[in-house]
Amino acid sequence: MAENLANVLHEQLSEGFPDTHRNNSGEGADRRRVVEGVDQELNGQPPSARPSQRLESEEDEDEELTLKYGAKHVIMLFVPVTLCMVVVVATIKSVSFYTQKDGQLIYTPFPEDTETVGQRALNSILNAAIMISVIIVMTLLLVVLYKYRCYKVIHGWLIISSLLLLFFFSFIYLGEVFKTYNVGMDYITLALIIWNFGVVGMICIHWKGPLHLQQAYLIMISALMALVFIKYLPEWTAWLILAVISIYDLVAVLCPKGPLRMLVETAQERNEPIFPALIYSSTMVWLVNMADTDAESRKKPALNSTTPESQAAPSQSTQGPDDGGFTTDWELRQQETLGHMESSEETRRQVQEMPSARPPAIQSDDSEEMSVSGGGGSGLFHSQRGKASDWNWDWNTTLACFVAILIGLCLTLLLLAIFKKALPALPISITFGLVFYFATDNLVRPFMDQLALHQFYI
Amino acid sequence: MTASVFFGCTFIAFGPAISLFLFTIARDPLRVIFLIAGAFFWLVSLLLSSLVWFIAVQISNKENASVQKGLLIFGVVLSVLLQETFRFGYYKLLKRANEGLMALSQEDAMPISIRQLAYVSGLGFGFMSGAFSVVNILADSLGPGTVGIHGDSQHYFVSSAFMTMAIILLHMFWGVVFFDACEKKRWWAVVIVVLSHLLVSCLSFLNPQYEGSLIPAYVVMCVMGMWAFSSAGGSLRNLKLCLTCRDKDFLLANHRPR
Repeated sequence: MAENLANVLHEQLSEGFPDTHRNNSGEGADRRRVVEGVDQELNGQPPSARPSQRLESEEDEDEELTLKYGAKHVIMLFVPVTLCMVVVVATIKSVSFYTQKDGQLIYTPFPEDTETVGQRALNSILNAAIMISVIIVMTLLLVVLYKYRCYKVIHGWLIISSLLLLFFFSFIYLGEVFKTYNVGMDYITLALIIWNFGVVGMICIHWKGPLHLQQAYLIMISALMALVFIKYLPEWTAWLILAVISIYDLVAVLCPKGPLRMLVETAQERNEPIFPALIYSSTMVWLVNMADTDAESRKKPALNSTTPESQAAPSQSTQGPDDGGFTTDWELRQQETLGHMESSEETRRQVQEMPSARPPAIQSDDSEEMSVSGGGGSGLFHSQRGKASDWNWDWNTTLACFVAILIGLCLTLLLLAIFKKALPALPISITFGLVFYFATDNLVRPFMDQLALHQFYI
Repeated sequence: MTASVFFGCTFIAFGPAISLFLFTIARDPLRVIFLIAGAFFWLVSLLLSSLVWFIAVQISNKENASVQKGLLIFGVVLSVLLQETFRFGYYKLLKRANEGLMALSQEDAMPISIRQLAYVSGLGFGFMSGAFSVVNILADSLGPGTVGIHGDSQHYFVSSAFMTMAIILLHMFWGVVFFDACEKKRWWAVVIVVLSHLLVSCLSFLNPQYEGSLIPAYVVMCVMGMWAFSSAGGSLRNLKLCLTCRDKDFLLANHRPR
C-alpha cells in the first residue's frame, strides 16, 4: 500500500521544484520537497487501508491522500501568509514611514483629501478604474507577448522588476528601519549588505537555492510590495481596487475569453511549462516617482508578491501555462487589494496551477507562493486598516481579518479539490476579509471595548 | 506599564493554550485547519451578537448609564447563548463532513476522530475568545499609563490574564463535554455546559471584586476539566499509568520503547 501511494503521488507531482525556481523544468528539479512531502504523507496515513482490490483501493487511497495532502497543502499556505502578515503589521506598527502620506502613484492621480464625501468617492472610483484598466492592459500585453513567443522581452522584464524590488525597495526599507531605531550606518556597510541580500535573492528566485531561503525571500518580497502599496494607495481607492480586482479575477478566470484563460490554454497547447519569467515579470518593482514608467512597472510591484508565488506554482504543477498568465495578473491584483488579495492571489495561482484533469498536485512550492501572496495581501490589508490612524488600531480587527483570510484560503482550496479546475482564488478570501474587517471594526469593536471597560467576559 | 507586565500577562493568559497547541495540534495539519475553523465559528457568533447589541444600543437612550449597562449584560447573555449555538452548529457540520468523507473513501477509520475534533474545536473557540478578550489590553499594557488612577482596581492586567486563561481552558473542556454529550444524546449534559458558561460569564459581572469572579471560575474550570477528562475516556487508572510512563498505548503511539 505504501508503494501504491508513493506511485500515485509521484505520478501526480509533476516536478518538485523549489518555490522560486522558476526557470524551467530542465534545471535541477528539486524533488526533495516532493519526496519529503510524499514521505510525510505516507507516514501520516493511518495503517487502516487494506485495499481489497487494486483499483478501488487506489481510488480510496487517492481520496484519503487527497484529503491529507490537501490539509498539508493548506498548512503550507497558512504559514507564509501568516509570516508575511506578521512582517507587514510589525513594520507598519514600528516604522512610521509607511503610514505617512508622501504623495500618490501616477496610476491614482485623483487625490482623496477633498472637501466633500461625494468628491472623495468619485475620485476613488476614478482611481480604481484607472488601476484596473492598467492591470487589464498589462495582462493583455503579457498574453500577447506570450502568444507571439517574445520570451526574451518577458524574461528581461522579469529580471528588471526583481532587480528593482530586491535592491531598491529593500534599500529604502532598510533605511527607514535604521531611521526608526536611530541606528548609525555607513554607506560602505550598507552597500555590502544590500548587495549580498540582492544577489542572493536574485539567485534564489531565478535559479536555485535552499528551500527555506527561497520561501523567506518570497515572504520578504511580498511584504515589501505590500508596504509600497500601503504607502502610496489612498484609503478608499485601495478598498475599491480590492473589491474590483476580486470581480475581475472571477471574470478573467472563469470566462472563456478571459486573458488568463487564453494564456493557460496557449501554454497547454504548446505543451510548455509556465514561463517563469512571465510570472516574475509582472512583479517588476516600480518606483512611485517614476511617473514615466509604464503600467507594467506599476503592476509589477503588485504582481511581485504574487509572482513568486505564481512562479512557484507553475513550476510545481504540471499545468504551468495556466498559472503564468494568472500569476501576473494575480499578483497585480494582490497588490491592489492590499494584502487581502495577496492571499487570494496565491490561492488563485495555486488553483490555476492545478491541472483541470488532475487532482491538485499541490507541491510545497505552490503553497509557498500562494501563502506568500496571501500573506502579503493580508499584510497589505491590515496595514491599510492601520494606516488611517495609529491610535485607532485595534488588534481584534487584525485577528478577525487574519482568521477570515485563512478560512477563505481553506475554502478556496476545498473548492479547488472539489471542482479540480482553474478557479479564481481571490474572491472568497477578499470577500471574507472585507466583510469581517468592516463588521469587526464597526460592530464588534465597540462591544468588546465596553466589555473590557467593565471587565465582563463572554 | 512595563514590559514585564506585558510578558507576564501574555504568558499567563496564553501559556497553557499555546503549549497545548504546540505539543498536540501543530504537527497535524488537519487539526490546525479545524482549530482555525473553530475560531472562525466563534468569530461569527461574536459578530452576530455584537450586531444585535449594536442595534439595541442605537435605538436606546445613550445617555442613561444604567440602560447601557443593562444592554451590555443582555449582550453578554446573548453572546454566550449564540456561542453555544454555534458550537452545536459546528458539531453538526463536522458530523456531516465526516460522514461524507467516510462514504467517499470507504475507509473504516476517519482521518480525525470526533473526540479529537471536540478538543480541537474547543481550543479554537478558546483561542479566539481569549484573544479577543485580552489582546487589546496587553497592547495597552506596553504603553504609558497608571493602572487604576481613578480609583479602579490595581490588579486589572493580572486578573484579566488569569480570567482569560480560565476562559480558554474552559472552552476546551466545554467543547469536549459538549461533543461527547451530543454524540451520546445526553441533552442534560449540553444544558449543564450552557449553564456553566452562563454562570462564568455572569460571575464576571462582579468584577472588580475578583474573589467573586475568579475563584468560582477556577472552581468551575476544575470541575469541567475532570468531567471532560472522564468523558474523553480518562480514569484514575489511565492517569496513573500515563504519569508513571507505563501506558503501553501512549508509548507505542509516540514510538517510545518501554
